[in-house]
Amino acid sequence: MSLDLRIPMGLMFTLVGAILAAFGISTRGSPIYAASLGINVNIWWGLVLLVFGLSMLLLGRRGQKRAAKLPPEQVEPGEAPRGH
Amino acid sequence: MLNLTRVDWLIMLLYFVFVLGIGFALKRYMKTSKDFFQAGRALPAWICGLAFISANLGAQEVIGMGASGAKYGLETAHFYGIGAIPAMIFVGIFMMPFYYGSKARSVPEFLRLRFDEKTRALNACSFAIMTVFSSGISMYAMARLIQALHVFDGLFLSMGWPTEGIFTFSIVLSAVIVLAYIFLGGLTSAIYNEVLQFFLIIAGFLPLVLLGLKNIGGWSGLKASVPLQYMHEWKGVAHASTNPMGIEIIGLGMGLGFVLGSGYWCTDFLVIQTAMASKNMESARRVPLIAAVPKIFFPFLVILPGLLAIGLPTPHTTSAVSYGPGGAIIHRIDIVPQNVEEGRGLVPAKINPVTGKPMYTASGQPLLDYDMATPNMLLHFFPTGILGLGLTALLASFMSGMAGNVTAFNTVFTYDLYQSYIHKGGSDRHYMAVGRWATVGGIMLSIATAYAAINFNNIMDTLQLVFSFVNAPLFATFLLGMFWKRATGHGAFAGLITGTAAAMLHHGLTLPIEARPGIHGGWIAVLHHYPSDMAQNFWTAIFAFSANFLVTIVVSLATKARPESELVGLVHSLTPKPPRAHNVWWKSPEALAVAVLLMAVALNIFFY
Repeated sequence: MSLDLRIPMGLMFTLVGAILAAFGISTRGSPIYAASLGINVNIWWGLVLLVFGLSMLLLGRRGQKRAAKLPPEQVEPGEAPRGH
Repeated sequence: MLNLTRVDWLIMLLYFVFVLGIGFALKRYMKTSKDFFQAGRALPAWICGLAFISANLGAQEVIGMGASGAKYGLETAHFYGIGAIPAMIFVGIFMMPFYYGSKARSVPEFLRLRFDEKTRALNACSFAIMTVFSSGISMYAMARLIQALHVFDGLFLSMGWPTEGIFTFSIVLSAVIVLAYIFLGGLTSAIYNEVLQFFLIIAGFLPLVLLGLKNIGGWSGLKASVPLQYMHEWKGVAHASTNPMGIEIIGLGMGLGFVLGSGYWCTDFLVIQTAMASKNMESARRVPLIAAVPKIFFPFLVILPGLLAIGLPTPHTTSAVSYGPGGAIIHRIDIVPQNVEEGRGLVPAKINPVTGKPMYTASGQPLLDYDMATPNMLLHFFPTGILGLGLTALLASFMSGMAGNVTAFNTVFTYDLYQSYIHKGGSDRHYMAVGRWATVGGIMLSIATAYAAINFNNIMDTLQLVFSFVNAPLFATFLLGMFWKRATGHGAFAGLITGTAAAMLHHGLTLPIEARPGIHGGWIAVLHHYPSDMAQNFWTAIFAFSANFLVTIVVSLATKARPESELVGLVHSLTPKPPRAHNVWWKSPEALAVAVLLMAVALNIFFY
């Protein structure tokens, strides 16, 4: 399969993380955080997801580059995994 | 009460865009039916492994395990420690070589190779019905939850649509999305999206658990706020009266561990299909083991929210008087609905849909709506923004459960029913088209089931009941088929029929205490009372398994065995050991299995 899942997945979490973090920054000190015990969860969790998404993207890109260098993957039963 | 803002909708929308985008991106790779139904047998092990648990991470897991955590406490973790982990290790190490190595395209097809046509037909039919049923229940639960949480109320009001349409809107929305991405990208698309959903569920629920734990005062605070037996997984399990679930060690070990757990994880094509999609034998064997690693830690993610919901203080109507500037007297009254006030912690009392008043048990205790435990936690702790993420995670869990069922259904329908009995010898293109339309048909049937699904107060119990009728006898058939070369097709068929009959008979003759005869059992006569419905389920499974096991052996011995040469690759004693790839020893499936087992044992000791 030539679509590396890590790329769309990384992209999605990067976007979600960025949105959450940006929203968190714009709502600093807002009373909505009374629910989450006074913690601005949007900033913190947004940053966590951002880091996760970016590292997925990075891994996916590296995997793709490596796959491009190799000859087309031949999948035979018993052959060692390669590429991902 | 639910205030969703633009950020929440944006996150939800983003998720839908990606889910559909993956479907569209994969469409061009769908060239043969093998690509569509088996993901081309070319996926890496880690993707299949995460999809393996994600396919199971549907409604019954996220909502049901939270409900169970609130109802029974940490004892629920037995569904992992006893129910899932050993079975996942077993299927990876011992059974996968036959599933993958036999080149069967589905679990029923394996039964045809090993036994005969009628055993396959029986299994294919019952499996097809069961997947539609499960996916229908999943849909129903989701629509009911969306209604209860008022997710779409704001949208409906602003559009001027009648709010009665929310149930139908939720069902149609989820059905259309799941349909679209499976129609386009087949099993690959389902698997990719299941992995996406897996990470999304962690992203949505981990902060919830962390906030909940912080609020209640950490682990020790949780211990102090719930009854003692709720915090122990094993203590008190020796006798039915000393643990919240009302089961005893034999029913638990045999019923859940040996029969129900194995019946599900080792024979259900819903999960097995993801392992069969991986690129080689070694990967296929590693899939359930990779899946077991996050599975060990899932109790923290799905059971703990329920337990925390019970432990937190119950909201009450409060009135406070404060003095504003200039000596103004301000009365502030927070009114809490009656059903919330009568609940326990964040778990509300159940409301009678007709009268709108809380419901009570015979002894006057309010009946609790445990299924609301986890969703209420989300509403309680999440401010707008991350709330959108949490709700998206909830939706994702429903969709992943549905999608797994739908892909399992279209494969079994096309290969095991259509190609075998309706239209033989068609072109590959034809079967792929049939598979696409079977997806549409399966989803339509699920929608019908969703509208019919009523009368049960706990999704978990419902599914366990269905599994115990259909799945529990099944494991005996596979066990004998794979490890006893003398087992015959006639034996397997007779055994399966007897097993399911025994399950129904047992269910019809026994009843959990405090239940009326009918859907909960005792519809023939009540010969025995169980302390809980869970105990009844486990024993139903034990009876089904034993009946199947014995009848298969007796009938097999009385019928003619197949020549051994036909059984190579299908039976353990006649199959050469799976080829070892040139990996170092610690990368082998066996080493991974030992590591997983040690981790699981350690966690059980921690929860003792």
